[in-house]
Amino acid sequence: MKAVGIILAGGKNERLGALTKSRAPSALPVGSCYRAIDFPLSNMTNSGIKKVAVITQYNSRSLHDHLSSPKWWDLGSKNGGLFILSPYQSSDNSLWFRDTADSIYQNLTFLRRSKEQYVVISSGDCIYKMDYNDLIAYHEAKNADITIAYRNVPENEDIRQYGVLELDEGERVLDLEEKPLEPLTRLGSIGTYVMAREKLIELVETVVSEGKYNLVRDIFSRYRKRLRIFGYNFKGYWCNLGSTQSYFDCNMDFLKADVRKKFLEHPYIKTKPKDEPPAKFNSQTSVVNSLVGSGSILNGDVHDSIIFRKVFLAEGSNVSNSIIMEGARIGHGCVVEHAILDKEVVLADGTRAVGKPGAPVVIDKGNTIGE
Amino acid sequence: MLLAGGQGSRLGILTASKAKPAVPFGGKYRIIDFPMSNCINSGVDTVGVLTQYQPLQLNQHIGIGTPWDLDRRVGGVMMLAPHVKREHGEWYTGTADAIYQNADYIDQYNPEYVLILSGDHIYKMDYSKMLDFHKKNKCDVSLAALTVTLEEASRFGMMNIHDDGRIYEFEEKPEHPKSTLANMGIYIFNWSVLRDALERDNKIHSDSDFGKHILPMLLNEGKRMFAFPFDGYWKDVGTIESYWAANMDLIQTIPQFDLYEDFSKIYTDSDHQPPMFTGAGSDINGSILAEGCEIYGRVYNSVIGPGVVVDEGAMVKDSIVFSDCYIGKGVVMERCIVDTDCTIGENVKIGEGDNIINVHRPKIYDTGITVVGEHSDIPDNVEIGKNCVILGKTTPADYQDGRLESGQSIVKSVNPNGVRE
Repeated sequence: MKAVGIILAGGKNERLGALTKSRAPSALPVGSCYRAIDFPLSNMTNSGIKKVAVITQYNSRSLHDHLSSPKWWDLGSKNGGLFILSPYQSSDNSLWFRDTADSIYQNLTFLRRSKEQYVVISSGDCIYKMDYNDLIAYHEAKNADITIAYRNVPENEDIRQYGVLELDEGERVLDLEEKPLEPLTRLGSIGTYVMAREKLIELVETVVSEGKYNLVRDIFSRYRKRLRIFGYNFKGYWCNLGSTQSYFDCNMDFLKADVRKKFLEHPYIKTKPKDEPPAKFNSQTSVVNSLVGSGSILNGDVHDSIIFRKVFLAEGSNVSNSIIMEGARIGHGCVVEHAILDKEVVLADGTRAVGKPGAPVVIDKGNTIGE
Repeated sequence: MLLAGGQGSRLGILTASKAKPAVPFGGKYRIIDFPMSNCINSGVDTVGVLTQYQPLQLNQHIGIGTPWDLDRRVGGVMMLAPHVKREHGEWYTGTADAIYQNADYIDQYNPEYVLILSGDHIYKMDYSKMLDFHKKNKCDVSLAALTVTLEEASRFGMMNIHDDGRIYEFEEKPEHPKSTLANMGIYIFNWSVLRDALERDNKIHSDSDFGKHILPMLLNEGKRMFAFPFDGYWKDVGTIESYWAANMDLIQTIPQFDLYEDFSKIYTDSDHQPPMFTGAGSDINGSILAEGCEIYGRVYNSVIGPGVVVDEGAMVKDSIVFSDCYIGKGVVMERCIVDTDCTIGENVKIGEGDNIINVHRPKIYDTGITVVGEHSDIPDNVEIGKNCVILGKTTPADYQDGRLESGQSIVKSVNPNGVRE
């Protein structure tokens, strides 16, 4: 493989509220048994990348826990491997990462010691499946300095949350504006880039020496005329966990047959195994149009929901249009609708946790309600 | 040392192309996962697995022991197959002979104690407690003992003991049992005692066996042999019926055997990590289902393995389905075991008709359960009775009038290793 990978997983995001109080956005649980970072990380190893750096900063404990052993992503190897890069003190620097480009700058040794020609960069909180070989082949065919993957953002999505591209007919980037007030196109960057490793080292060193620290704004936008920057149109499913609502919607997308099949088919998304026993459906239960994680024991009714691992649902309870994270326990006669129950939430008998469509109620990790 | 070389012939076609310890169990596990997990949960981190009969799937499953944290720099898991030695090579001819032929492997670690296990049983046990017992009683040999009823005792090797637990007599399947302590085939030996006994017995018996030779010999010599009482769940899954029943034990609302507690977890290797999906028209009751299943039909009182699809309108009842099977639309299936990677065509009916014992293998298929072997296909719209056996890619021409009567078999072996059915 001629690329190394970098996953940017250090950011924080206020719009995720309580969901990221004790975890990084890239560590958000998704689709019954995954965490967000499993998607870009599996894309990397499924594409044949042997050496991946994950840059962490905000609430990094959750990610370090999840990535504690690289073998689950086939990265436990002598050549290559998984590199977790967190801020550290040294004789000439004791700063946090000031932004994306700076986080790469402070870890340039990783890139300098690599021999691969290219670097694939992905953000850690995007849910998608991509073969980066296609992206690299496109990059080479265009003789590009930088290639930015983008998607045609549907009308019902707010494109102002994206980096918006303007392309010429040859897909070359004419303009790139981060979160524009008045977007000119519907082409949104998906936070996945490829460029030559040497070029990235050079650019990052230059902009940081000028006191600029952002990868998109200070490199891609600023250099759009000097460098050959191209857009790569990604047509598959993609979702960013940018807000509580998009987190909710992204999970619910797994109930759509096409999205689910894409993610659950070969090449598999890999995650840290927990070896839970098979899910148990007792004689009272009714579970329809839902995902169920292993180790769960279900006695009540569930529909249109995402049930993670080791969830216990007592008889006479009703869960609908909700996300129930790992280890949650729901007592008898509870009603859970349009809700996100974070990990290890306990609902006492008869508790109601009812949100509204478009505004799910979130119960914080580990809380006990109704006692 | 885990003895995993047996065929388990009474499991019929389930062991046609895999050793008994490799037979799937409880949805996502294989039988060998239970002793393997017990080992690591008991702090035993050096495990030799003795293979002989059809070891391919076992080797694949165990690999370098990663699922059990046995991928270690020192110790870990080692697959031990029969091999050619300086003068000649031979198969493992008995349980003790298999250990004798691998004495070098054990000597490398120069252990004080050796734990002998078989890969045939479903149970959870903390072997470290048995070792404490062994040390406390200054045993030469300790044997785990299951308390059975007097009626059951005539099916087991029984141990008669003094009040202090010391064994004074073994009785093989006694007509008039004197005790209720059955030998579970779990032994701890002082390695020096065992090594010496193996060497001596090898000169007498070429098929050296623990139950028949080694244990009686050591007892006669007055060695300190104690029975370690075990009162937990323990099931031999040696027959189709007992295998089926042990699986069904797992689906009880409050099962006797608990897989869901966090201590002493059972570990396994699985390609399948994705969650399972229940479709809009599904109805699932009293069942356990492993990762990656997609259920659009009905599943009652069944154990469903990873990656199984039960299509719309199908009903799976009182059955066990191994991994990666497709159960077609409108299938009705009762008391059936379907091995890995099978396709059951649309509107197939299995398990109807009279309970006629299988005419080819009357001692194996006699309790009404129909078994479909690995990689088999069943064409659309056929009806299959009870105690039937199907193996291979069957076509409508294989079914006279679209039926396979109870007690009949279709075995189309495509296995180059030959199927011993």
